[in-house]
Order: sequence, then C-alpha cells, then structure tokens
Amino acid sequence: MRYLLLIYSEEATTPPSQEEIDAVMAEWWQYDTAIKESGVHLDGAALQPTQTATTVRLKGDERVVTDGPFAETREVLGGYYLIDVPDLDTALDWAAKCPGAKYGSMEVRPVMEFDTPEQ
Amino acid sequence: MSERAAGTVEAVFREEWGRLLATLVRWLGDFDLAEEVAADAIAVAVERWPVEGVPDRPAAWLLTTARRRAVDLLRRRQTYAAKLAILKVEAERTAAEHHAPAPLDAAQIEDDRLRLFFTCCHPALPADGRVALTLRYLAGLSTAEVARAFLVPEKTMAQRLTRGKRKIQDAGIPYRVPRADELPDRLPAVLSVIYVVFTEAYAASRGPALVRPELADEAIRLARILRDLLPAEREVASLLALLLFVDARRDARTDDAGALVLLADQDRTRWDRTKIEEGVGLLERALRGGRPGQYGLQAAIAALHDVAPSFESTDWRQIVVLYDILRAVAPSPLVDLNRAVAVGTARGPAAGLELLDLLANVPELQRYHLLSASRARFLEDLGRLDEAAEAYRQALDLVGNDVERDYLRSRVARIEAATPPDRG
Repeated sequence: MRYLLLIYSEEATTPPSQEEIDAVMAEWWQYDTAIKESGVHLDGAALQPTQTATTVRLKGDERVVTDGPFAETREVLGGYYLIDVPDLDTALDWAAKCPGAKYGSMEVRPVMEFDTPEQ
Repeated sequence: MSERAAGTVEAVFREEWGRLLATLVRWLGDFDLAEEVAADAIAVAVERWPVEGVPDRPAAWLLTTARRRAVDLLRRRQTYAAKLAILKVEAERTAAEHHAPAPLDAAQIEDDRLRLFFTCCHPALPADGRVALTLRYLAGLSTAEVARAFLVPEKTMAQRLTRGKRKIQDAGIPYRVPRADELPDRLPAVLSVIYVVFTEAYAASRGPALVRPELADEAIRLARILRDLLPAEREVASLLALLLFVDARRDARTDDAGALVLLADQDRTRWDRTKIEEGVGLLERALRGGRPGQYGLQAAIAALHDVAPSFESTDWRQIVVLYDILRAVAPSPLVDLNRAVAVGTARGPAAGLELLDLLANVPELQRYHLLSASRARFLEDLGRLDEAAEAYRQALDLVGNDVERDYLRSRVARIEAATPPDRG
C-alpha cells in the first residue's frame, strides 16, 4: 500500500543558530538517505513556510482565494514522504523514525487506491 | 425461522463462527466478505447437518463451504483485486492440502485467533472500537450483546463496528502478531477486551442464564494465552488472577433452583478453591516489583473477598482503600459505583446511598440496572421500603437476564407483602 507521511511541526518564531541548523539537518539527511536506500520511498518534499501558502475554495460559483494555510493551528504541514510498504505497521515504523516525529507529529494516511474494472 | 430458533442456532455456532471467521479473514483479507461467507456456511450447516449428519471434521467442512462461497462472490466482482484474492485463497487451500495432514490444525486456528485479536486491538483504532470488534469477532457476541456490555444503544454499536472494520481495511492495519518490542503498547487494549468479555460472561446482558460459562472460559483461556506469551507482564497475570477469583464463585452465585444468591448469602464452601489458589499464586508474584496497575488492584479486591471466611469478616476497609487507589489509576463510573457499594457495606447503607445518589446523572450509568438495584438495597436496609420498591422497579426496566430479573421481582414482591397497599 502507498502511505503519505505528513510532517507537522510548529514554525520557528526566532531563527535558529547555524549549529542548531547543522545538527537538525544532519538528522534529516540521515533519515532521508535511509528511507531512499530502503526501497520504500516513492516521493517526498519539504514545503516552503506557511506564509507562502494560498487557500482556494468555491462558494457556489465564486472562487474565494485567501492568504495562508487552511487551518489556523500551531502545527503546520512542513513536508511529506510518499512510501510504498506492505501495511500500516511498517508505515508507522517509518513515521516514528522520521525526525518530524520528534520535533512535531507525523500523520500517516493511506493513499486511496481505485479498483477499476478490467476492460 | 423464528427469533427463538435463530437465537439457539446462534448460540450453538458462536464458537465455530469465531474460529471460522479468524481463518477466513487471514485468507481473504476482507472482514465483510469473511463475515458474509462465514454466515453463509453456518446457514448451510444449519440446513444440512440435521438431515445429512454432522461431518467428521465440522470446522474443515465449514471452512471449505465458506471458501467456495467466497470464490463465487469474488468471481462476480470482476475486478483485479478480486482476482488477486481468488489466487490467494486457492494458494492457501493448496498449501493446506499439501503440507498438513488435516487442512486446519488446532495450532493454526489459535494463531489465526491471536492475529485477529491484535488486529482488532490495533492502536490505530479508537479504544471503544477495539473492544467492540474483538467482542464481536473473537468472542462471537451479537451486536446487541456488545452494545449491552458497553451500555450504549445497539445502533451506536453497529456504527462503531462498521467504522472499525472500514479503518482496518482502508488504513491497511495488518493481520499479524506484534513483535516483542511492540507488545507493551499494544497490551492494554487487549487486556481491556478480555476483561469486558469476562464481564459479559459473569452477568449475561440477556437471556435465561446469569453466567455464560463458555464465555467465561473463553475469557480465561484468552488470558492464559496472553500470559503464556507475556509471562513477565504483571498486568496480564493480574488480569488472569482477577478472572479466576471472580469465576471461582460461579457455582455459588445461583441456588439449586437457579435463583440469584448475592455475595453476602453465598455458600463459600462451593467456591472453587483450586481457582482461588491459582489466583493467589499469580497475584502474589504480580504484585511484586512496582505499583499495581488497574488489574492488580481489582484482583487484590477480589482476593480479599475470596479469602474471607464470611461476608461479615471481609476486610471492607481495605477494599475501600483499594477502590480509592483504583479510582486514581483508572477512573470510571463503574469503579465509582462499586466503591459506593463497598463504602455502604463498610460504613453503613446511608453512606453508600449518599455516594450512589451522586452518580444518578452519570450518562454511562443511565441504562445500567445495578445502579438502581444497589440503591434499592441500601434503601431497603434503611427501612425506606416504598423508595426501595420503586428503585427495584427501575432496575427491572433495565435488567437483561432472567435470573437477575427474578431476583428483583422477588424483592419487590417481598416489600409489597410487608407493607400495606398504597393509600394513594
């Protein structure tokens, strides 16, 4: 099954020091290398901060565009990994190993697989 | 088929159904399909076995019948996933035929049940859903019985089960026994399930019998399996001890005529000493090495009852202390209710009644007959007979099994005989 590991964290209010950045980034690169070498990795990306986000929704026929992410919560979506593993337990193992689990929380969502009739 | 006949068939095949379902879920990887074909296979058995005789290996016969039905249903679906499922089922059948003298040996069935246990108790499921699924699919209780065990309406329980199954399917919750390092996280939900199964067995939510011995045995069996798997887990041993302590009183809870006998009036020579001794041995080891958990505390309370020579000489003060700790460790309305009853016994009915009245508006207890029945008893002890009769009648409206119903009726009748007819 394919699972999306969604990385949530609080956005920093003060810029971290270079040492802090280096230490944290080392953890991320280590995880990133491990998940890519394992063969379960399909896709992944880090997202720009939420002030770059734009939300769009339709109210009737009218397109309503607003500044910012959809939900006003402290933890915001910061990035994701798309993986292909046999079951939820394996997906949860990968999510728990991700530094995002330590610095915030990880949401694990299965990807909807459509079962189309054969031609 | 009349409702009564359907109920009898359900009782006869409940055990068979649970075993069948566990293996079908492993083969099919689809709860709803497994449930449907298990029910179909049982229906065929109900029709044919009385005419053609029971087959040599009933479990294997049921499984073959269910598998054929599953393949039929899957063929009709015409999807890629369905074709894969057929291949998997056929591979399982071939493997079973080639590698085992019997298509399904006892150990394999037990493995399947244990797998299903951990699937139904997976932490990705909501806590109430875990217990509901396990009671429905492992203990084989009907949706109505599970609803009663949880004190919720049947419709709520049906939705809870559907949501649970959907999450198992859609989220890819696996069908496997967890690794050793995962077990501590996965254990509390499993323990709670066994406890609730036993509670249902101990005072059946409906039907003629007070105790459902087969269900109590099932809960104890499940607790033993877990204890064998996790000998170092103190709460597992404590739970097993608790079940043994309570189950030891089984035969004394009804008299020769089948009427309910309360703890105070039970013939303690009829308590099962073997079970009590096994429980004491388990609990003594489990209480060493750290603070007791909720099952350790409950087992300690049950042990104080079981080792007391009489109701009067029971260490009620210690029992109240243990309930106080239990309320801190695992608060619940049922613990509050039991504590109130213990306080009433230790300090007098007025003290108990005062605590019970504080619980009058707790939503979880609104449909629970023992709140009214406990109030009735204390009111009766206080000589407030009109109120006692009224509380017994309230309990009668909620009670499910016939033995408790007869007991409550007899109390009302006794009060009515002792008091002049209502002047109003």
